[in-house]
Amino acid sequence: MRGTIFAALGVLLLCAITLSLAIGPTGISLQALPRAISASLGWVDDPAAARDRLVLIDLRLPRTLLAGFVGAALAVSGAMMQGMFRNPLADPGLIGVSSGAALAAVATIAFSHGVAANFIQPLGIYALPIAAFTGGLITTLTLVAISSRRGHLAIGTLLLAGIALGALAGAITGFISYSSDDRELRDLTLWMMGSLSGASWPKVGAILPFAVVLAIFVPRLMRELNGFLLGEVEAMHLGVDTEKTKKLAVVMTAAGVGAAVAVAGVIGFVGLVVPHVMRLIGGPDHRIVLPGSALLGAVLVIFADIVARMAVSPAEMPVGIVLAAIGAPVFLHLVLRRGMGGWE
Amino acid sequence: MPALADDAQPKAAQDANPRILSLGGDVTEILYDLGQADKVVAVDSTSQFPAQALKDKKNVGYLRALSAEGVLSINPNVIVASEQAGPPEVVKALKSTNIRYVEIDDNPSADGVPAKVRSIGDVVGARDAAEALATKIQTEFDALASDRKTLGKHKRVLFVLSVQNGRAVVGGGGTSADAILQLAGADNAAAKISGFKPVSDEQLAEFAPDALVIMRRGEASRHGAEQARSLAGLSGTPASKEENLIEMDGLYLLGFGPRAPAAARDLMQKLYPQMANATQSSKP
Repeated sequence: MRGTIFAALGVLLLCAITLSLAIGPTGISLQALPRAISASLGWVDDPAAARDRLVLIDLRLPRTLLAGFVGAALAVSGAMMQGMFRNPLADPGLIGVSSGAALAAVATIAFSHGVAANFIQPLGIYALPIAAFTGGLITTLTLVAISSRRGHLAIGTLLLAGIALGALAGAITGFISYSSDDRELRDLTLWMMGSLSGASWPKVGAILPFAVVLAIFVPRLMRELNGFLLGEVEAMHLGVDTEKTKKLAVVMTAAGVGAAVAVAGVIGFVGLVVPHVMRLIGGPDHRIVLPGSALLGAVLVIFADIVARMAVSPAEMPVGIVLAAIGAPVFLHLVLRRGMGGWE
Repeated sequence: MPALADDAQPKAAQDANPRILSLGGDVTEILYDLGQADKVVAVDSTSQFPAQALKDKKNVGYLRALSAEGVLSINPNVIVASEQAGPPEVVKALKSTNIRYVEIDDNPSADGVPAKVRSIGDVVGARDAAEALATKIQTEFDALASDRKTLGKHKRVLFVLSVQNGRAVVGGGGTSADAILQLAGADNAAAKISGFKPVSDEQLAEFAPDALVIMRRGEASRHGAEQARSLAGLSGTPASKEENLIEMDGLYLLGFGPRAPAAARDLMQKLYPQMANATQSSKP
C-alpha cells in the first residue's frame, strides 16, 4: 500500500518536474537541454543556445525547484499541525503562522531601505528567509504558550488564539503597507498574492538549509504523531515524548512556512488541503501522510505554476490565485464524495 | 540536431530590425510620438495611450509583475523600460541576457519629461525627432510657468484617486498628482501627507479644498464624481459649495508623458476659468 502510493506520487512528481522544465511561453522545450548544457560549458558559441540555457537552467529549473519546495514545505507543515493538534482545520494559514511569517517578511521589505537597513542589508538574500522563519516561529511559540494549560494544549483555545494572532499580524502588516508609498504598496500587494516569478538560483540557495533541516527532522515525527492520533495523554502512555514532539513540530512548521513565504509570498490552500487529500488516499497513518503530503504538495504547486505562467502568457498570473481557483472545487468534490478525510 | 531556434538571427541583422518591448505608459506614448510604433512588438498593460498600442501589440502584463520567460517569448532585442518595471529578480534576469535593456528615469516634473524623451530618442536612434519633441514639451512647460505667474492667489486643490468604502484616497506630497497640481498652479490641499493615502471625512473637512480633481477610469464612468460628491467631509468645503469638481483621465493627468504640459494646462484652465480666455490668444 505505502509502496504503491509513494511510487505513484514519485512518478507524478517526475512528470510535473519534466513538464515544468519543458513548458513555457518561449516554446523552448527539453530537447534544447543538451545544447543548453554544452553552451553553458563553453563548448559551443551560439547565441540561441545561450538563450536556451538562460530559459531552461536559470529561469525554469530554479523556478521548478522552488515551486516543489514551497509545495512540499507548506503541505508537510499543514500535516504536522493537523496531526499535532488533532484538528482538521489546523493549518499554518488559519492559525496565524503564515500571517506571522508574512508580517516579518513585509517588515523586511518595507524597512530594508529605511530604519533597519544596517541590520537587513548585510544579510542579503538570506534576510527574507531568516525574517520569515523568525516571524513564523515567534507566532507558533506564542500560540503554544497561550493555549497551554498545565502542560496540555487546549485545541479550542489554540484555534481562537491562532485566529487572533493572525488578525493581529494582519493588522500590523496592514499598518506597514498603509505607511509605505504607493510603489512599495503595489509590490507588497502582488507579493501577498503569492508568485514564483522571481525565482533564481540564489533563492534556491537561501532555502536549501531549510529544506535539509525539514528532510532530516520531519521523518522523526511520523511515529510520534501517530501516537497523537489517540490523544496526547494516550501518546504519553505509549512512550512518546509529547513535549519534545510538539516543540519539534512547531519549529519545523515555522521553518517550512517561513521559508516558503520568503520565496513565494503568501500561498494559502496547500497546507490545509493536501494533508486531507493524502488521508483520503492513504488513511491517517503519518508514515504515509507526512511524506505523501510533501510529494503531493510539490506536485500541486509545480502544476499550478505551469498554469500560472501559461494561462495569460506572455503575462503571468499569481500562483496563489491559480491554486485556489483550481484546487478548491476539486477539494470540495473529494470531500463531498469521500467524507472528511479521516476525521469523522 | 533538430531545428530548435525559431529566431536565431545574427546580432547585426537584429540591430537593423529593431524589436522593441516598451514597458510603461509614458514610454509607450513617447515611442509612438517619435514614430517608432512599427518597431514596438509588445507593451505592458499600463500602456493605455494611444489606444491602438494595447490593441495592436502583444501585452506582457502589469509593469511590476513581469515574467522573465514571458518577456523572452516575444523575442525583443531592445527593452525600453520605466524604472518602475519589476519584480527586481525578473529585471535582473532580463539584464543578464544579450537583449539591450534601457531603464528610463521616472521623474514627474517639467524637466523630467523632456529628459525622458531625449533618452528614449537616443535608444531608438531618433535623436532629431526626440530633440524636436523635447523642445516642444519644454516650450509648453515654459509657457505654463509664465502663465502660472499671472494667476494671483493659488487655489487649494485636492486630488482624489478613488473613493473606497466611503473614504477618499487622496494624493499627498511627493506623488505624481502633487506634481501635476503644482504645474497647473494649484496648491495641493493634502501636501502634508505623503503618498496616496485614504483619509477620514474629518481630515477632508480640514483640507478645505477650493476644488476637487477626480481620476476618471474609462470614458463612461461618472461613478467616481458621484461618490466624491457624497463624501460627508467635503460638504462644507468651498469645493462643494461651488460645485468645483473636475474629472480627468488618469494616464493623461498622471502619466508624465508628452501630453503632460497639455494635461497641466487643461487642469489649469478648468481651475481658473479666467485663464481659458487669456491664454486662447497664445495658442495656435
